[in-house]
Amino acid sequence: MKTESTLEKILVSGQLAVTSECGPPRGALPDKVREKAEMLRGCVDAVNVTDNQTAMVRMSSLSACIIIKQMGLNPLLQMVTRDRNRLAMQSEVLGAYAHGIDNMLCLSGDHPHFGDHPAAASVHDLDSIQAVDMVRKMRDEGLFQGGQKIDGPPKMFIGAAANPFADPFELRVARLAKKVKAGVDFIQTQCIYNVDKFEKWMEGIVDRGLHEKVYILAGITPMKSVGMAKYMKNKVPGMDVPDELIKRIAGVPKENQAEEGIKMCLETIERLKNVKGVAGFHIMAIE
Amino acid sequence: MITAERKPIEDLINSVSSCRRILLLGCNECVTVCSAGGRKEVALLSSALQMHFMKEGKPFEIKEITLERQCDPEYVEELVPHIDSADAVLSMACGCGVQEVARRFKDKVVLPAVNTKFMGASERQGVWAERCAGCGDCVLGMTGGVCPIARCSKQLLNGPCGGSTKGKCEVDPDIDCAWQLIWDRLKALGMTEKYEENIPAKDWRTGRGAGPRKIVREDLAS
Repeated sequence: MKTESTLEKILVSGQLAVTSECGPPRGALPDKVREKAEMLRGCVDAVNVTDNQTAMVRMSSLSACIIIKQMGLNPLLQMVTRDRNRLAMQSEVLGAYAHGIDNMLCLSGDHPHFGDHPAAASVHDLDSIQAVDMVRKMRDEGLFQGGQKIDGPPKMFIGAAANPFADPFELRVARLAKKVKAGVDFIQTQCIYNVDKFEKWMEGIVDRGLHEKVYILAGITPMKSVGMAKYMKNKVPGMDVPDELIKRIAGVPKENQAEEGIKMCLETIERLKNVKGVAGFHIMAIE
Repeated sequence: MITAERKPIEDLINSVSSCRRILLLGCNECVTVCSAGGRKEVALLSSALQMHFMKEGKPFEIKEITLERQCDPEYVEELVPHIDSADAVLSMACGCGVQEVARRFKDKVVLPAVNTKFMGASERQGVWAERCAGCGDCVLGMTGGVCPIARCSKQLLNGPCGGSTKGKCEVDPDIDCAWQLIWDRLKALGMTEKYEENIPAKDWRTGRGAGPRKIVREDLAS
């Protein structure tokens, strides 16, 4: 065990782990965080708290993590390299760990182009792989990225994302290998709709033995309607939604589509449970 | 080269509207090549401004000069005989040229007529694209000759991100995914193993990280 993280304990034990998301509110109301997080109590092993997701300003991930921690749940701090340089990222990691938050996810983040502050400058002092490397060095070597010693290193269980459906597909196993090399402990994937393609990616992972070095949590997002399915297919970059899935959800009456979406998720989860290298599920329920 | 685009004519009219005599300066280097501020563009802008103020019945004189290199003090010195007769200078050079003229003539207002854009290359007739971010520590040897800092929207040194679709960037389908280009090049060169070498966090001090930069060549400096 590299950390005291509950999520790590569950994954090390070989049980399937389940994580889900709580997007912080677009305002300063702490009860909004509590309401959302409460829905996940008893259902998940860790709660991802997003960091200005889709490049829209929200309550900070760390603040919402602290509220969730105070509720007795297990938060997972998401951090994007878009909004912070290496100083700000490291101080945030120290602060999070001081509050007992010991899981995090290193991401590059959605481009400001997609959000409500398109005029903002992106930071990207580091990329996600360099961020993983930095947090690993803080934990394992007790050193800041700049090389100085940390007085009380943060022991973070370090995650990153992977999108097996983005192009070029042939590079996607190699990109994961780079994250493993940087020291990532677990991966949460992009939403899986094209299960065949995901299985093909996992084969590549297993062939290289990467599944023995990193825990892979398969990303699941229930479709709420045929409209959402079409939107995900056509408008969300790097998303792979097969036509059969759209046909299936279009084939049920509107009022039953959300239920059908959940049914499809359960089928996907059942199928993925049998895929070698899948260590759990990351459920991203989109509001 | 350094690329630039002329500012909208309305902005330029506004910027010189309080002047009677303007010295309109072109530059024979980069802005000539990218058709933003060479002799030809100076002549066109000069006519446009004169027509506008003539229509308004306002007295307005323009003198046109295009220097060999506006960022070079040696050539800027050629303006000495002309500068006093102008209320202001309107420069069609890049930001370097504008600043050199302003530095030399301390009591003269120098206005930019172009927006300096980026260091780029010509893709085809009339199209220029960004190629170099001037980071001061070139990584092209590691990335198959395609710069991820200048050409990836997130300047990822270990890309591509999850938004690369059919060779294009998620930000705009007109932008090529730099990491697709890098991968294609590494494949063509038989150097795909290079991809899995993690590029470490960059030392931005060689770029803008340590403040404005200077090159001093002891062997050449006087």
